[in-house]
Amino acid sequence: MTNYIIRRLLLVPVLLFGVTVLIFGMLQFLEPDERVSLYIRGDPKSDAQVNAFIKKYCLDCPIYIQYKNWLIGTVDPVTGEREGGILFGNFGWSKTSSQPVAQLIARRFPNTLDLTLWAVGPVILVGIWLGVQAAVHHNGLIDQLARIFSIVGTSFPTFVFGLLMLMIFYANLQWFPPGRLSDEFNRIVNSDQFTRYTTLLTIDALLNGRIDIFLDALRHMFLPILTLSYISWATFLRVTRGSMLETLRQEYVVTARAKGLPERDVIHKHAKPNAMLPVVTLAGFTVVGLMGGVIITETVFNYPGIGSAAAEASAQLDVVTVLGFALFNGLILIVANLVVDILYAVVDPRVRLS
Amino acid sequence: MTTVTPTGNNELLGEAVAMRKIGRLERFLGPDNYRILQGLFKTPAAIMGTVLIVFFILVALAAPVLAPPLGKDPYTIPRDGFKAEPKPMGTEWRSKAPPLPFWWKAVTGKEEWVHIFGTAQGQYDIYYGVIWGTRTAFKAGLTVVFSTVLIGVIIGAISAYYGGIVDNILMRIVDVLYVLPGLMATLILAAVLTPLIGRSTLPVMISLIAFGWLGYARIIRADILSVKQRDFILAARVIGVPDSRILFRHIIPNAIFPTLVLASLGIGDVVLSFAALSFLGIGVDVGYADWGQVLAFARNWITSLNTYWYIIAWPGVTLVLFVLGWNLLGDALRDVLDPRLRGKV
Repeated sequence: MTNYIIRRLLLVPVLLFGVTVLIFGMLQFLEPDERVSLYIRGDPKSDAQVNAFIKKYCLDCPIYIQYKNWLIGTVDPVTGEREGGILFGNFGWSKTSSQPVAQLIARRFPNTLDLTLWAVGPVILVGIWLGVQAAVHHNGLIDQLARIFSIVGTSFPTFVFGLLMLMIFYANLQWFPPGRLSDEFNRIVNSDQFTRYTTLLTIDALLNGRIDIFLDALRHMFLPILTLSYISWATFLRVTRGSMLETLRQEYVVTARAKGLPERDVIHKHAKPNAMLPVVTLAGFTVVGLMGGVIITETVFNYPGIGSAAAEASAQLDVVTVLGFALFNGLILIVANLVVDILYAVVDPRVRLS
Repeated sequence: MTTVTPTGNNELLGEAVAMRKIGRLERFLGPDNYRILQGLFKTPAAIMGTVLIVFFILVALAAPVLAPPLGKDPYTIPRDGFKAEPKPMGTEWRSKAPPLPFWWKAVTGKEEWVHIFGTAQGQYDIYYGVIWGTRTAFKAGLTVVFSTVLIGVIIGAISAYYGGIVDNILMRIVDVLYVLPGLMATLILAAVLTPLIGRSTLPVMISLIAFGWLGYARIIRADILSVKQRDFILAARVIGVPDSRILFRHIIPNAIFPTLVLASLGIGDVVLSFAALSFLGIGVDVGYADWGQVLAFARNWITSLNTYWYIIAWPGVTLVLFVLGWNLLGDALRDVLDPRLRGKV
């Protein structure tokens, strides 16, 4: 076990180094004058100024010096201030949104986190429930329906599904609008009456005692959550069903039935816990995947998270901003994957022994 | 995959096998591979998948007949004016109508060419987008799948065959490239490449290739590692066959068929990602015949989608059926390739 964890931990610096090199490499596709945005705020006024900045930040120096500057930044000899340096959280200046990339991420990320946290519950619980039902009624009507759903579900692109949901529940029924909050509440949230304790809107709304804002936020998140969920349901359904069918054929299940346990106990107390092994891993990866999978969902529903911000920036070819998002995403995912892998080894002894 | 060959002490079985008629195709492909092909036509789901894919191939081939192009570049969706407001299905062409297909009068009895699926914002004809988009889908899908498999096989083969430090370095590179989720990675690379090589299908295709080979490299590596242990490889080595010849003539042909079949079904996923990026406004220019592009026209009309439902309905249904076809087929094949999964998934 310790052995496995150590081996897995050793991979982390490799991944960190690799991802920074990858992103730095992509930055090299830009001309030096475009890369000035990594260090200064706003647009330089003249060509002479641009050239001065290129000199100052060594943007035409050898690659390894640039890489070092990009990582830790440069210290201004006059003011003694550090400029640039992703390790200090300076991801550069976002031209398309006229603010530092780090600030843009800090504003948008809580919304994405809010959305994913709300999506995790429905995704996992409903997915597992569907899978168990399908396995218990093997080859029955529920099973057939579940199989059709799982194939059709995986074939339905999120943006088509999202647009369809908007057509039905927004354009036709006016139930669930896109966006983050209704205008009236948006004004309150941005005023002094509303304290941002955690920056997660739904939780803040509860802490401020504003049930109406909480419900309005949920109303806006309902369709994005549904869209994020249905594809994961299809996968969960398959894995849970397969694993459950396998377990139900085991001899100890026969024993449990033979000694006269009610079917409900056989399924929920004996079979289900053992069938959950592969599902636990899947759950881990799904939670991690949700964070990356929000790009399209957020864009379709006009939801102000990091996914839609990344999509907007790349549609406008604002490379410095896009790569800032990629870097942030990469760092989060390296940590998240590490946690999932270790948890997996804790749950399943076969992994740590191989 | 091991095959049981009848031996002399089991004459009955040997006779039975000998009496079974073996077709030319089966002899050419070998029994294992033949069984995989048979899997394509076994279950109703697999047959439905095959039918869907054949249908799309026919549409792609017949595109110039179904929707005769207006100018030199058939992949630019023809426009009927420049008004923002979409027009409903069946509206007549007002200005600059493309040539009338010869079957139109015979089928409908009308003299004028109409917008069969209506027009999107900016009067782009949805029907043209859907029909020519089929060609775009196949072009992008085939190119990307072919290139990713090729790169994946080469990297996976080198990694597995040489092992040791080479294997370690190559697989760590794969690990690093796997950190970013597929769509995010493709998105950023496409955003970086677009200013360099201009708006076309190329930036997205290159990005899909750059991050698409990872999975194939891993699969091929594992397959080769198992083939490498077999006796005939040892025999080849003993008689002094050079490394490259062992790798390319003996190991890869014996390890690759299942991967190739599964990979070809990856076209569905590739087309889906391609359309998704187009939908986000990355890659091709506005008005390029591509399903994601047409769907993106709906983004500005979300409040009135109940009136303009046809903007998402036609390209949406087309995209879903296309991906569904490949998924149905892929499912059937996975059953054949991995008998342990049979009847479970």
